[in-house]
Amino acid sequence: MTNTVDVDKRRFLTNATTVVGGIGAIAVAIPFISSLSPSAKAQAAGAPVAVDISKLATGQMITAEWRGKPVWVLRRSEETLATLPTLVSELRDPDSDNTDQQPDYCKNPGRSLRDDILVVVGICTHLGCSPTHRPELAPEDLGPDWKGGFFCPCHGSTFDLAGRVYSGVPAPTNLVVPPYHYLSENQLIIGEDTEGVA
Amino acid sequence: MRLLEWVDARFPASKLWNEHLAQYYAPKNFNFWYFFGSLALLILVLQIVTGIFLTMHYKPDTKLAFASVEYIMRDVEWGWLIRYLHSTGASAFFVVIYLHMFRGLLYGSYKKPRELVWIFGMLIYLALMAEAFMGYLLPWGQMSYWGAQVIISLFGAIPYVGEGLALWIRGDFVVADATLNRFFAFHVIAVPLVLLGLVVAHIIALHEVGSNNPDGVEIKQVKDDEGIPVDGIAFHPYYSVKDLVGVIVFLFIFSIILFYMPEMGGWFLEKDNFIPADPLKTPEHIVPLWYFTPFYAILRAVPDKLFGVIAMGGAIFVLFLIPWLDRSPVKSIRYRGPLFKMALTIFTMSFLALGYLGTQPATGLYTLMAQIFSVLYFSFFLFMPLYTAIDKDKPVPHRVSQ
Repeated sequence: MTNTVDVDKRRFLTNATTVVGGIGAIAVAIPFISSLSPSAKAQAAGAPVAVDISKLATGQMITAEWRGKPVWVLRRSEETLATLPTLVSELRDPDSDNTDQQPDYCKNPGRSLRDDILVVVGICTHLGCSPTHRPELAPEDLGPDWKGGFFCPCHGSTFDLAGRVYSGVPAPTNLVVPPYHYLSENQLIIGEDTEGVA
Repeated sequence: MRLLEWVDARFPASKLWNEHLAQYYAPKNFNFWYFFGSLALLILVLQIVTGIFLTMHYKPDTKLAFASVEYIMRDVEWGWLIRYLHSTGASAFFVVIYLHMFRGLLYGSYKKPRELVWIFGMLIYLALMAEAFMGYLLPWGQMSYWGAQVIISLFGAIPYVGEGLALWIRGDFVVADATLNRFFAFHVIAVPLVLLGLVVAHIIALHEVGSNNPDGVEIKQVKDDEGIPVDGIAFHPYYSVKDLVGVIVFLFIFSIILFYMPEMGGWFLEKDNFIPADPLKTPEHIVPLWYFTPFYAILRAVPDKLFGVIAMGGAIFVLFLIPWLDRSPVKSIRYRGPLFKMALTIFTMSFLALGYLGTQPATGLYTLMAQIFSVLYFSFFLFMPLYTAIDKDKPVPHRVSQ
């Protein structure tokens, strides 16, 4: 037996131990990191909600709660629908080309299943505030060109009455249209469509 | 002193005392600006003590949180005092920290060999912002809720992973019970632990290199026969007693605010936060607390989600870099040339102006002004390697002036 130290062997063993230990540490971190993701209970709470629109007058908007978020249901007038095509040049994504923002069946000029009824999640796509419904024409604070729409008080983003974002505002995308479908003429289910639950 | 000898043989009690207090030699020319380090330490203790007592009554549950804070305010004996100490203390903490940081800019306390003192200090500032942000969610008022909603949504701006990251931070599809519960855990355990560790690192690094001073002269360069800096005096008793005067003046002002205007007209506790959180209705006007408004103004000045977030993060990150951006051999403003003085003045005014603009609506003229001041804010850092290199600095004395 000699007293010489095999430095290479020592270095190999140190490195091997460090690598194995490091892998172990990462493996142990996974449960802790995963525990912060939405729990089974939080995921289950996203159940669809039913909305009755029989009493919704033209121009009126009601707010339903789905997954803790406000969902707006607005009955648009013929005049409103007529203004939508005229706004195209002022909008960032007038044709709803960003497919993450609505189901395929709402990729149309009104971003809705039925022309008169708009259903959108009332959360600004900028930083998550809830914009206010500003249907009036040319109010003082929004300028003479305002054709009615949604205004986010937090950072000044603006959307038209189809939830489409105007150009030059902080919000990058159109408001999100949730999956929804009609059970009957006046019965609306939000959070579920004919293809299944969202 | 037999007991002390017994302890010293087993634990370096006298050694620690001497190294950090009785034989820690600080420059003899400290002025007004040097009160804020010890004051920050005082407020840290105040926040920890009041915080511990608040957790004994507070309930981190969306159904109970708002009412439990009102319960503390109305039904718990002296609860109002403990709660107001904590909420006023939070704002006082930022006042003191901002003045402390400004002192560093004035006298070049971030320059070699104190880069790590500055870096640890910046990390403390970051941890403090996280601590304040998460603490503000706990009362579960309208501003708590929507403030958290906006700030967590900032992470959603990161390409590809952003939305998943925001979801992971919230633990739910919106700010919800899971969010409140975890923010409580971070606010009362995780971040304070990190904060304490960083404060220890900050002080160890400082005591290793020695304190800077208003002249920016290294006192270690001139030592007497016993190796003690000629221009240094022992921290204890000289500065411990001096700091005590600062503590008394601070507590005097703090008490006036605490007892007569604890909400500071909506600046320390916002009016909308006395309304319980409503996930369906955003307040007309969302404003973070005053200590975040300069960065909030920068965020809003950029009309693009991702770049706005990058600008806001960058505004804080550039502060980490100044030890290397500053090329001047001179530390203190006293011997700097006119360019740096001008740059620092413009920077200070921009920071204050952005702080004001962050509290105002983001419309027209206000947005334009925020854009101008954001550019000025970043110019201070961007052009620093240039103007500090060509500046006409004055000769620095060999020893501190009287």
